[in-house]
Amino acid sequence: MSARNRELLGLIPASLLLTAGFAGVFIQHSGALSKLSNVSLTYGAIFLALCVAGHLVIRLTLPHADPYLFPLAAALASVGIVEVYRIDPTAARRQAIWFVIGLVLFGATIIALRDYRKLERYRYTIGAASLVLLILPRLPGIGEQVNGAYLGVHVPGLGVFQPAEFAKIGLVVFLASYLRDTRQVLVMGARRFLGVTIPPLKHFGPMLVIWGLAMMIMILLHDVGSSLMFYGGLVAILYVATGRVSFVVIALIAFALGAWYLGTHIAHIHGRVEAWLHPFNPKLYGQVGGSFQIANSMFAQAAGGLFGQGFGEAIVTIPGYSTPHYLIPAPDTDMIYAVITEELGLFGACALLIAYLLFVGRAFKAALMATDSFSTLLAVGLGSVFALQVFVIVGGVTRVIPLTGVTLPFISYGGSSIVANLVLVAVLLLVSDRARRPPGRPASVGLGTAPEREFPEVRARG
Amino acid sequence: MGKPIFRLFAFVVLLFTLLVVWTTRWTVIQAKSLNDNPLNHRTLIAAERVKLGRILADDGTVLARSVPAGGGTWRRVYPTGPKFAQAVGFAFLSTYGYAGLESQYRDQLRGAPTGLSSVFGSFGGSQAVGDDVYTTLDPKAQQVAITDLAGRQGAVVALDPRTGAVLAMYSNPSYDDNHPRTQTFDYALQAQSPPGSTFKIVTATAALDSGRYTTKSTINGNSPVTISGVPLHNDLNQSFGNIDLATALTYSVNTVFAQVAVNLGISTMTDYMKRFGFYAKPPLDYPANEMSSSKPYSFRTGKPLPPGSPDEDIGRIGFGQGGLAVTPLQMAMVVAAVANDGRLMKPHLAAKIVNPDGQTVQTVGPTLYNQVMSGTVAQEINQMMRRVVEEGTGTPAQLGGISVAGKTGTASIGLPNSGLTEPWFVGFAPANDPKVAVAVTVARTQGGFGATVAAPIARDVIRELLAEGR
Repeated sequence: MSARNRELLGLIPASLLLTAGFAGVFIQHSGALSKLSNVSLTYGAIFLALCVAGHLVIRLTLPHADPYLFPLAAALASVGIVEVYRIDPTAARRQAIWFVIGLVLFGATIIALRDYRKLERYRYTIGAASLVLLILPRLPGIGEQVNGAYLGVHVPGLGVFQPAEFAKIGLVVFLASYLRDTRQVLVMGARRFLGVTIPPLKHFGPMLVIWGLAMMIMILLHDVGSSLMFYGGLVAILYVATGRVSFVVIALIAFALGAWYLGTHIAHIHGRVEAWLHPFNPKLYGQVGGSFQIANSMFAQAAGGLFGQGFGEAIVTIPGYSTPHYLIPAPDTDMIYAVITEELGLFGACALLIAYLLFVGRAFKAALMATDSFSTLLAVGLGSVFALQVFVIVGGVTRVIPLTGVTLPFISYGGSSIVANLVLVAVLLLVSDRARRPPGRPASVGLGTAPEREFPEVRARG
Repeated sequence: MGKPIFRLFAFVVLLFTLLVVWTTRWTVIQAKSLNDNPLNHRTLIAAERVKLGRILADDGTVLARSVPAGGGTWRRVYPTGPKFAQAVGFAFLSTYGYAGLESQYRDQLRGAPTGLSSVFGSFGGSQAVGDDVYTTLDPKAQQVAITDLAGRQGAVVALDPRTGAVLAMYSNPSYDDNHPRTQTFDYALQAQSPPGSTFKIVTATAALDSGRYTTKSTINGNSPVTISGVPLHNDLNQSFGNIDLATALTYSVNTVFAQVAVNLGISTMTDYMKRFGFYAKPPLDYPANEMSSSKPYSFRTGKPLPPGSPDEDIGRIGFGQGGLAVTPLQMAMVVAAVANDGRLMKPHLAAKIVNPDGQTVQTVGPTLYNQVMSGTVAQEINQMMRRVVEEGTGTPAQLGGISVAGKTGTASIGLPNSGLTEPWFVGFAPANDPKVAVAVTVARTQGGFGATVAAPIARDVIRELLAEGR
């Protein structure tokens, strides 16, 4: 079976998942089976149609692209739409609109960046733009503080825009491009000192910039989660580019030192660490921004058990109020993993994590198959940032690490998140199509041939 | 760059393994302690999403039902309020918790998960509706008890001696279970009152059933006699000369029953008290922590004496004083045992559990608690109690045309010579075919007698229940 047919086939279970999920939620909400047959099937059909539209874009432009990335993203998004609907139906309607916008941008990215390697030419522009995006939430007048962290920008009429979601892609593009050029010099010019390989000072600069960037995100935005996600992604690119574990160790020590210092000096971050260590301390539990959220996240997971309570069965709101009072604050964004675990249990949560792992695996596979360093580093970077984003939020919700607010890709409510992640899938598909294309075949069969432009490639020696 | 990518992926797998391990910690390994964590209000909230079944009286009157409280939750409403509050209790999960039948039958009222609802629960979930609990309570008899008590502290308990069904159970003062904050002491199930002469039924049972006495045995009924080293007087210091046991019960002669109890000894008396249910929590289908057992207390320490304690003033216990403290329910059980040929049935408030489809899923039928005495002895006590009402102290309990068997009690309470009394009446009817057994007490009167204060209430409750065709 061809790659594209496998992809098309993969969209069917994703749509069925959405249909079954809506059916479950409807039964729970209304107790009526009649809605099950009509509305949930309609929703499933609409979702399938949207996904098929996305698939057709891929089929026409990227015939050799990885067939699993898009269905995996669709399956995750279907779980997300059902869960957000179950928590807040109005938010789900907006989420569905954002999914459509995301698909449009997904198609636009694929068509506009069919030769994505031209991005390299704009790497400094992209890098600088990403930095600006990151700082936006802190600017007075447009920035918005949520739970002590500066994560969003208020856009009139559109709601809150989270620029970090797009900055993560831009920064990966920048670093992949930068390290493609400098990776050899970093290794070649390195000296060994006390058994540790130290890169030459002049190339240390950009690495220091990245470290400084991570620290800046923490200081300015009070956001350890995003900081860890960016920094980790960039260190992953650095590691793959140079193959030196020592760089990773140095980078991680530098981060740990910075994080420790800031963790003890910024009250908001310190509070999160305290809540992580002592979730059941009555004083912390009762405090605003204390451990209430993480403690109830654990209670929700305990309520889920092995098999969960079922779609629509988790206790999200505290009864007896006219407006929703959430038992777990932010159930549709940061805490959605806890709600999913309560409804689908350990097995559902593991299935979700496996889907993410497969997605990351496909990204890395594209990196392995890529024939040029930029493509490899780009795919590795995107895959790593994506994996770390999942780890940071799920790790926070499950108390592996202190809780910080990043979205669960494709699932959490949030327009920026779903759009940015669909763009991320588009870039990965572009990389994989190029990597898997048989030699001598044109880039596209459907929309005419684009002129191929090869960039000089520096191959690693040794 | 292949090797670093594989290593990187291995690292990602490691990170995700951590996530799986931690999720397993909370969902499985530490789930129980998390569910039991006092900060965890989930189970309480979950319960409010269930529409609890109704609680109904035996004539179908709704005593408790659920109304929507918004957000898919339900709230309890008690249409009859104070009339049945003590029996029904309340269920306000996240505020006041549970009490009474609401607590006892909370699992049934929530509805037992059946195979079908479990399947739906794991997939999408159907609306959860609990089962209805039909009680044996009779609203009309309950109303008679309320009217006759007329605001005085006290209690009325009526049982069907053949089945143990609780027909009426009212304690004054009651409270409105729609507002549990006002909850009061449940006199019928929690009182610790001296039973006075009504306890002579227990002493007489021990005397006859042990074979040590017959109804014709004569005992000296002069006053005073020395019991436990202290002189004991009859009412008005009246002396009766040598009289038989049956006559002694008719005229409620304290000195006779004190001597009988002393002669029987602590172990025999304790044995018969246990057979009637003393020393144990009542076998009622009601939360044990909301009921008191009946037992003697030590005047010296103020604490209950262990069964068979040599410190018991068994002579005075023999006529219902001496530190003996009982619940009205216990005294109703005593007469119910006599009425039912010595077979004491477990008292029960629930009659049946009916699921939302109208199918009876559980029937609470007659269950034997104890064969307290032989049928012959029960008939002898029955005859003795009939004489009490026909010609003795219990004449105000007479019902024209229907023979009533009963026993009065006028327990001294408060300081000696304070004149404070707790009047009692216990009995059953019709005496030749008992269908109703009652215990009535009024907590505190100034010189009131069982015959004048309690017996008329018992008579009215019996009349009401028999008039309904029981």
